[in-house]
Amino acid sequence: MTDQEHFEPVIIGFTCNWCSYRAADLAGTARMKYPPNVRLIRLMCSGRLDPTFVLKALSSGADAVLITGCHPGECHYLEQNYKALRRYLLLRRTLAQMGIEPQRVKLVWASAAEGARLAQELTSLVEEIRALGPLNWPARVSGNGHLPQPEIQPELEEVAA
Amino acid sequence: MTSPENSSPTERIGVYVCHCGTNIAGTVDVEDVAQWAAGRLKHRGVVIARDYKFMCSSLGQEMIEKDIKELGLTRVVVAACSPHLHEQTFRTACKRAGLNPYLCELVSIREQVSWVHTDKVAATGKAKAVLSGGVERVLHHEALEPLRVPIHPATLVVGGGIAGIQAALEIADGGFPVIMVEREPSIGGHMAQFDKTFPTLDCAACILTPKMVSVGTHPNITLLTYSEVTKVDGYVGNFTVTVRKKARCVKTDLCTGCGVCQEKCPKKIIDEIYEAGLGYRKAIYVPFPQAVPKYPVIDRENCTYFQKGTCKACEKFCPTGAIDFNQEDEYITLQVGNIILATGYDLFDPRRIPHYGYGRLANVFTSLEFERLSNAAGPTNGRIVLRDGVTVPKAVGVVHCVGSRDRNYNNYCSAICCMQSLKFAHLVKERTGATVFNFYIDMRTAAKAYDEFYQRVLEEGTLFVRGRVAEVTDAARLAGEEGKLIIQVEDTLAGKQRRIPVDMVILSAGMQPRADAKEAAKLFGISCSADGWYIEKHPKLDPVATMTEGIFIAGCVQGPKDIPNTVVQGAAAAARVLGRIQQKEIALEPIRASIIEARCSGCRICNNLCPFNAILFHEDRMVSEVNPALCQGCGTCVAACPAGAITGTGFSNEQVLSQIEGLLMLNLDGGRRVAEKAEAVLA
Repeated sequence: MTDQEHFEPVIIGFTCNWCSYRAADLAGTARMKYPPNVRLIRLMCSGRLDPTFVLKALSSGADAVLITGCHPGECHYLEQNYKALRRYLLLRRTLAQMGIEPQRVKLVWASAAEGARLAQELTSLVEEIRALGPLNWPARVSGNGHLPQPEIQPELEEVAA
Repeated sequence: MTSPENSSPTERIGVYVCHCGTNIAGTVDVEDVAQWAAGRLKHRGVVIARDYKFMCSSLGQEMIEKDIKELGLTRVVVAACSPHLHEQTFRTACKRAGLNPYLCELVSIREQVSWVHTDKVAATGKAKAVLSGGVERVLHHEALEPLRVPIHPATLVVGGGIAGIQAALEIADGGFPVIMVEREPSIGGHMAQFDKTFPTLDCAACILTPKMVSVGTHPNITLLTYSEVTKVDGYVGNFTVTVRKKARCVKTDLCTGCGVCQEKCPKKIIDEIYEAGLGYRKAIYVPFPQAVPKYPVIDRENCTYFQKGTCKACEKFCPTGAIDFNQEDEYITLQVGNIILATGYDLFDPRRIPHYGYGRLANVFTSLEFERLSNAAGPTNGRIVLRDGVTVPKAVGVVHCVGSRDRNYNNYCSAICCMQSLKFAHLVKERTGATVFNFYIDMRTAAKAYDEFYQRVLEEGTLFVRGRVAEVTDAARLAGEEGKLIIQVEDTLAGKQRRIPVDMVILSAGMQPRADAKEAAKLFGISCSADGWYIEKHPKLDPVATMTEGIFIAGCVQGPKDIPNTVVQGAAAAARVLGRIQQKEIALEPIRASIIEARCSGCRICNNLCPFNAILFHEDRMVSEVNPALCQGCGTCVAACPAGAITGTGFSNEQVLSQIEGLLMLNLDGGRRVAEKAEAVLA
């Protein structure tokens, strides 16, 4: 394992078009700061979150996934965030059974007004995952140490900015 | 992700990275991002990558249009601000150049990168990742056509205060039907309670009542007072709204508004709403003489007949037989195309600040109480007197910012209290000749003729003390304080503590969202800010629209504001709605789910997931089908289908999965991560 101190986690965040994506916009407009380790994806609703998306992110190199949606009772589509909640709970259990720390997937409710809250949650998640260390999905899950091709494409190393 | 060597890009992608002046370029090396995209994403089909100072400017847009035409671009990715701001701008540019607007993707590197990060290297790296996600995603975009839905010409206006009145009249004058729903027995709102309006001091009733009458008599306006919206279904252009018309117990077709019932009713009740607790009304009442409509209502909770079973005085004396004790609440279903919410504000309750003594010390008044006190039609006929109803005060203290600009209560400025307090000072001075002290934190008189009014009140001799009042007490300590209310304050200009004895204290209470604002927001599917005000689509450029198509907001429901600004918003909301109605139809985002019949196993899992009942099941073919008119595009069914038979336009599995790959494709913190991963695996 490489030096833990230099480990910069990569986190994929799924946001709802109506609340948390706007909260992220608000965090920006208000110039709040959070670590650059998080990359957000906009969905129309947390209900759109297929658990496959989370597994895809984790298996493609993310160390953690943040799922965000409207507060219970405030879903733009009435109640679809409850469905996200159910899937999230099931997914955490599945991940644990796969030997992955369930805290690598986190659910946060953030309304369109809660830019500060979202920024804070993002920051604390980055810290938590930094402490937890890298996921190493290929080694942990596939167990054969075989990395998916694109990740070790040698030419990708040119990127070093 | 397709590896570079086996892909022969089928799409020709143009990448455009915006500087946004220094908003993005200050933190993200935009030239580097563009160059990187041109080189590193070439194998994904990027044929051109440019950076430009202001991509949203006409020159920026023309650049994209030119490239589409000259380079034959089939996809466009713009890395700039939030899609909520400029997605439409760039889609329109693509459309002008002949490219289907939905083949354009806007990725946010301003709100979500440059504005929230400080490390330039890390921010540039993240911008590349976000851009790469956008490029991967756009490859799976489909050419779409917006859904065109007809707009029902009727508009629902919720709230009959000055904002709602203005909006309703504008639309009705424009020739389209309006339905106004008001919770109270009469329209008029807070403005109907006021005496004078700053800074011109014209009487509120004189300027408001003609408008109220116009609403009541306008052939295009249906007025539903004493009514509440209970349910909202549908979507822009086609809302189905259920309104509960509370039982008035008065047949409006027979009632002439003569007022005999009110005279004869033996039951007197303190009027907490219109008279702010300073006056009485009867159990059958019209809130005020100029009420629109003029028909009374029976307040069942206080009516002797409803409580004890006998009385019926009103029925006995009604000359037209209009009283109907058996009336029941009625539920009406309305079809409307657009909705304007103008439900106003609640006054901050100064009881929450116990050391100001409101509710405990008789001669501490709220601003609304003072409005009634100074109103010629109010309980004292406009005489400014103490709570005993006779004594004229010799010294009056007006406390600004009560419940506003105070982190214990509301952080925001209520915008109207400074001017309102100046008005109070003027009225007290004019009518009683009393000495008036105004206690302020900062004077905020920033609007046309407002500061001039401040100067006028200064010249009239009102005394201004800069400092937040610490306490209002009746505990006399010094000579001359007996029987007075003492205002303890730090005079921050003189730099000393002062105790100022007065006879009357007026608390200029701030505005706060309606107690049920959150519930109402849920009902209409819009969101509230942390303070509880309704959130506009854009704070500067779209202040009366909301994120929910077809729902507009006007007046104090959006945030504290004075009457002129409220009227402006009412008119603005009306203008937005009128434009829509005149278009006759609206183009909606074609984000909808659809079921591939061949893949559907008929398991019906999706059927119960849809809160809009948009999925129907064909018993004969044993497959489910999505009704695109009812589908709202949330995508929950797409995520749930075990057979993968449901696709969600705009947010397909392919689009999201590719975006994930794109976001993670590269190690963007300097090669460390990929090396680390490889090392971990080899270890």
